[in-house]
Amino acid sequence: MTSTSIIDKLKRNKILDLLKEGKRIDGRELDEFRPLHIDTGVIPHADGSARVRLGDTEIVAGIKIQPDRPFPDMGDKGIFICTAEILPLAHPDVETGPPPPPVIELARVVDRGIRESGMIDLSQMVLEKDKSVIGLFADNVVTDHDGNLFDACSYASVAAIITSKIPKWEIKDDKPVLVEGELSDAPITTIPVSITMGRIDDFIIVDPNLDEWECLDARITITTNSDGNVVALQKGGSSGFTVDQLVKCSELSISGAGKIRDIIKQATKTNQ
Amino acid sequence: MGGRKTDLVLLDKNGIRCDGRKVDETRKVTIKAGVLKNASGSAYIEFGGNKILAGVFGPRDVHPKHMADPDTGILRVRYHMEPFSVGERKNPAPSRREIEISKVVKEALEPAVMLENFPRTATDVFLEILQADGGTRCAALSAASVALADAGIPMRDLVCGCAAGKAADTLILDVNNEEDQAGQADMPIGYMPNLGKITLLQLDGVLTPDEFKKCIELGVVGCKQVYEIQKKALHEKYFSNGGSS
Repeated sequence: MTSTSIIDKLKRNKILDLLKEGKRIDGRELDEFRPLHIDTGVIPHADGSARVRLGDTEIVAGIKIQPDRPFPDMGDKGIFICTAEILPLAHPDVETGPPPPPVIELARVVDRGIRESGMIDLSQMVLEKDKSVIGLFADNVVTDHDGNLFDACSYASVAAIITSKIPKWEIKDDKPVLVEGELSDAPITTIPVSITMGRIDDFIIVDPNLDEWECLDARITITTNSDGNVVALQKGGSSGFTVDQLVKCSELSISGAGKIRDIIKQATKTNQ
Repeated sequence: MGGRKTDLVLLDKNGIRCDGRKVDETRKVTIKAGVLKNASGSAYIEFGGNKILAGVFGPRDVHPKHMADPDTGILRVRYHMEPFSVGERKNPAPSRREIEISKVVKEALEPAVMLENFPRTATDVFLEILQADGGTRCAALSAASVALADAGIPMRDLVCGCAAGKAADTLILDVNNEEDQAGQADMPIGYMPNLGKITLLQLDGVLTPDEFKKCIELGVVGCKQVYEIQKKALHEKYFSNGGSS
């Protein structure tokens, strides 16, 4: 998806010409998101799940919760692992096999936003200190790719985590044993919201679609928590931002996150 | 899977199965054609608790090039389960089981698609198991042939899939996950109803020669029911007002 053909150059020129008139290729305002739809509880076999559609980008996220060994340096905390995979049916250019660097970056940025926000109180997910803890796996699969996978995966993971139910285990003979029928809500402290913005020439656009994504000069993903504080950042792309542009991006991310957080709250309310 | 010990009642005295079905009844099947924007053709199937997405790309250039066949187009199938599709989290890397199923599903579809019209091309079928509940290969096969038809690939027939099997000494149609684990036999069948050909057939379990014959006949009845739902899905997309293309 990174090949630069003559068509890509023409597309970029067209997108830039429109931006100079204050318009975007799909008719949105520069700071306007695509419509966001979140369904929760879509995979009953998972401990929590969500399907997110952001414009024509679609993600399914599933949560699996199971006992695990703690990380060696964090024996008093549960484990959180977030993965992402672009399924080959999501786009003609996706190939099967080990994930390429952009997909690894995707998974790590989504993971970081959730982890650094402290969304999940991992200290409540310990069965026996230094020996046995609860692991929460958030697996995201991209089923339709139309740009800005960062935000779509983040919303899917967050909605799936909020709606997840944690089974109960007890330690018997040094082994965790499942206690049937006892479920509790995941220990949620805040709702992180990731907002990705792109820069084309001097224009900052929110939630770039795939056409825009392919001709961005640079992009930035800013994750904020429920208090409106910035908890994680990732800049990408082969160019940079000025300080003024970054300040503008942080303002856009905080103002935009409120609306997204309301949609996530609404989508996860019925399921809780 | 030879009768694992369980206290689950697979068949009660009234002949009702553990999920409330009669012995010759399939689970509820719904199929929707054309669910993905980027794919040439796609379908989503819910087959009982199974939830499966099928996407088709092509006919398109073959990579790697040495796989290209100058006489015909090639069909490639990938069957893949999501980590959250089953009880315990599944490692996302393809397992030996998934590689085998990909192969048998590919061979079940090949007789139906007329890829000889597209030499030196590849048609890729991606089957993503979002949730598994027993009988995924039959459900995935059914979705795949709808997706191939949705992609506009010329076909001799649709291929429909349904399993038959044996649990509690009784032949049953459309084996679910519990019956697969605790039952006596599971026989997935792929069938082309207009040509009357069976293109996928596997069995694990024990059947007498007579049961074997009856089991195939039972499975074919199930396949024909799936066929009607497949036709309906394509009809809904292309001949009703709801169709987008």
